[in-house]
Amino acid sequence: MSPPNGPSTAGTITALPVAEQILEPSPAAKLRRRVFGHAGVTIGAGVLLVIIAVALLAPVLAPFDPLDQDLTQRVIPPVWHEKGSWEHPLGTDQFGRDYLSRLMYGARISLLIGFVAMLISGFIGTALGVAAGYFGGRVDMVVNFIITTRLSLPVILVALAVVSIIGNSLWIVIWVLGLLIWDRFAVVMRSSVQQVRDLDYVAAAKALGCSTTRIILSEIMPNIVNNLIVVATLEMAHAILLEAALSYLGLGVQPPAPSWGLMISEGKGMIFFDSWLIGIPGAALFAMVLAINLLGDGLRDVTAPENRN
Amino acid sequence: MLQYALKRLAVAILVALTVSMVTFSLLHLTGDPAIALAGESATQEDIENIRRVYGYDRPFLVQYANWLGNALTGDFGRSHYLKTEVADVVFARLPTTMILGASAITFAFILSIPLGVLAAIKPNTIFDRLALTLAVVGQALPSFWFALIMIFWLGIQWRLLPISGTESWQNFIMPAIALGYYVTPAIMRLTRAGMLEVLASDYIRTARAKGIRPGTILFKHALRNAIIPVVALAAVQFGFMLGGSIVIETIFAINGLGFLAWESIQRADLPMMQAIVLVLACFYIVLTYLADMLNAFLDPRIRVG
Amino acid sequence: METILEVDGLTVDIPVAAGMLHAVRDVSFTVRRGETLCIVGESGCGKSLTSLAIMGLLPRKAIRTARRLSFEGVALDGLSERRMGDLRGNRMAMIFQEPMTSLNPSYTIGNQLEEMLKRHRKASTREARERAIFLLEKVGITSAASRLSQYPHQLSGGLRQRVMIAMTLMCDPDLLMADEPTTALDVTIQAQILLLLADLQREFNMGLILITHDLGIVARVADRVAVMYAGQIVESGTVKQIFENPTHPYTQGLLECIPIPGKTPPGAHLGSIPGIVPALVGEQRGCGFAERCGYAETECAARAVDFRAAPDAGHVYRCVLTPDRSAANHRAGSAV
Repeated sequence: MSPPNGPSTAGTITALPVAEQILEPSPAAKLRRRVFGHAGVTIGAGVLLVIIAVALLAPVLAPFDPLDQDLTQRVIPPVWHEKGSWEHPLGTDQFGRDYLSRLMYGARISLLIGFVAMLISGFIGTALGVAAGYFGGRVDMVVNFIITTRLSLPVILVALAVVSIIGNSLWIVIWVLGLLIWDRFAVVMRSSVQQVRDLDYVAAAKALGCSTTRIILSEIMPNIVNNLIVVATLEMAHAILLEAALSYLGLGVQPPAPSWGLMISEGKGMIFFDSWLIGIPGAALFAMVLAINLLGDGLRDVTAPENRN
Repeated sequence: MLQYALKRLAVAILVALTVSMVTFSLLHLTGDPAIALAGESATQEDIENIRRVYGYDRPFLVQYANWLGNALTGDFGRSHYLKTEVADVVFARLPTTMILGASAITFAFILSIPLGVLAAIKPNTIFDRLALTLAVVGQALPSFWFALIMIFWLGIQWRLLPISGTESWQNFIMPAIALGYYVTPAIMRLTRAGMLEVLASDYIRTARAKGIRPGTILFKHALRNAIIPVVALAAVQFGFMLGGSIVIETIFAINGLGFLAWESIQRADLPMMQAIVLVLACFYIVLTYLADMLNAFLDPRIRVG
Repeated sequence: METILEVDGLTVDIPVAAGMLHAVRDVSFTVRRGETLCIVGESGCGKSLTSLAIMGLLPRKAIRTARRLSFEGVALDGLSERRMGDLRGNRMAMIFQEPMTSLNPSYTIGNQLEEMLKRHRKASTREARERAIFLLEKVGITSAASRLSQYPHQLSGGLRQRVMIAMTLMCDPDLLMADEPTTALDVTIQAQILLLLADLQREFNMGLILITHDLGIVARVADRVAVMYAGQIVESGTVKQIFENPTHPYTQGLLECIPIPGKTPPGAHLGSIPGIVPALVGEQRGCGFAERCGYAETECAARAVDFRAAPDAGHVYRCVLTPDRSAANHRAGSAV
């Protein structure tokens, strides 16, 4: 709030700020308390860590080879059904492949695609957004135009079409997604840079003659990196869901890879009697994306509560 | 206001043109359309023939100019597969997707706006937590999985709703929910945030000091201001839904543009794919333009200036 | 002149992270019809919260208590929110400090003016419109009829504040509270708005509570003055009494801060009161001003200080010093 302008200050009293008589914990301690006290962050991070651990240790933990077919063990229900057994705790699919193992290996696919696509789109989007936010003017106009054009394209359709033409492999899917979902990065980074660009310490750096690159990297980026992290987690979840949709439609990861979306697609024909075939991978997807979203939302709350919405 | 409208219109047209070029390039440059069309067992001669017949041997820009020129007159070429005019098929199937999209956004509004308002009136209470939980859960649910779950419970187990086709309005209920729930969290959060901000503003305090009734304050004074950004978001989300309808339409066998896109992709029907992407993109551009105009109209500071 | 507002022992507590904030402590005053009471104090002394407490517009978390809080004989603390809503804008009205943001940007001036009469008097649009035009002209806005269809953003700050004043008068209230109505305006406009308020008060025979931190305004407009410090009223009396015979050390200090052309030597230090306002969180003990007071004695910080009467009638102050000693101190030199 700006101080009142104009009125004669004769005979008026301006108060000095009220002294903080209660000792406050250090900013680092406060942040730590906020991070761990925040349910979303702890739950999200916890679940995500478990999933990552399972994915990394899949070769060790998985009881079977996920691609191993055993036609004598087809469509066995999970252990909680009367016909299930602990040999295949999550049952088997129509090719006799162990569902638990496929689930574990599927986590690797989702995490890999989500992570790398997020990196690619993050790089593109951040570069565009920072350029637009920092330089303004024509650069901003051009970047905005590019963003609007990208937003006008129906992402799933374009991704499907491109993949259908080029061919679907793991890395094609990753690159197509990465090249398509950078818009949120660009928008958020642009507005973050705009907010920071006119602050005093940037002006000071400019006055000292720092190069533009230096200013962007050492003055501006550290202050907006928290926004970047929040968007990165949310876009990773976004990429995972997109890959699942693409795989479900048959234009994502190729069979027999245990992509969760693909598993749902393969199981949908048997929805009537063996609903767990779609229930389990779907629940896994849901849990993973939920954890990442909770983490992202939580990080946003914790680092900038005023952005909470 | 007129100036603003014209300026935005110019931008919209420019974006549309760029999108058309991007669409055309993407589908032509990412692979050889002749090869895709010819199929796996084609000989080199077959491929060359195809190239000549369909004009794929001409320079890229010439092809683009031809296509664009034709498209502007409503001629999207002929479908490779169906042997009919692309435009006929696309515009025949468009209304179905429109109905689906409209039902979905209606569902989203019915769910999200009251929730958002309620969460804002009672912040940090159980209602607020409930609304936010719903939002978080909604954003994590894969749409195709949600659709399958609904089919399983509502369609198969309890036999409440039909699970495919488009015979009656009931056919659209599950698809509308499956398509609409994904945008519900964003709209709800924006409504809640907007309402929270507006309710804390000075003019709401003035309204209370004037003795205006709480209901009037909420709807006449607060929501009217808070809804402005929601309108813009809704248009954007509607555009996304049109694009994302492909998944829902294939699951529920709804004969709309999304399903057509799916079929075209499977058949490498290039002209059809191009047309669909362009039509949907143009819809999005028109929608965001209209949303911009509605925004400007709702905000007297822009309308009257 | 009849008393329209009686405030006795008004207290506002707000729970904050660090404890309980005692923002308003045992505030008492009365306002009569046709009288202007100025509540004076620095930022954070609780004067705004006092007026919000009377209107029932405190933040949700705030706790209001009072021995007596009655308006035109009706006890306000027992009233339901619904009944309060009937009173607000109708019998008691309030103007706030920021005219730029106090009007709804999405509706015309006319709409916002007329809605008051429709709400409280069930008036027709025509009647409401006529009254709106009448009042807009009263507050000095020309071509009032065409102004009705304008939006707030089309008016300057001064004009908006006039519209706000007109709005408060729509239902002919008996009590008007103005919380720093001119602070956000240019100096030249300030005088006009204040004179306008004074004229309107006379014409409509209202009680006026004017909250301000500007002693110049107080001298010009007030009938009675209440000086607030750290949530309490430390001195109250007629404007003449306060200015000619300030008895509380804080009041004395305030008046000494005003440079007087002719008396204050150029280049001399302007008066000031060293120290800062105490934090009002947690238990308050003793006089809030003790730490900054030049005449503080050990008992000042120890126990709560009650009001003491000054020799002139109706003039009270909250200090341990007797009026003679205080007057002697004041003559001798600065109070701080």
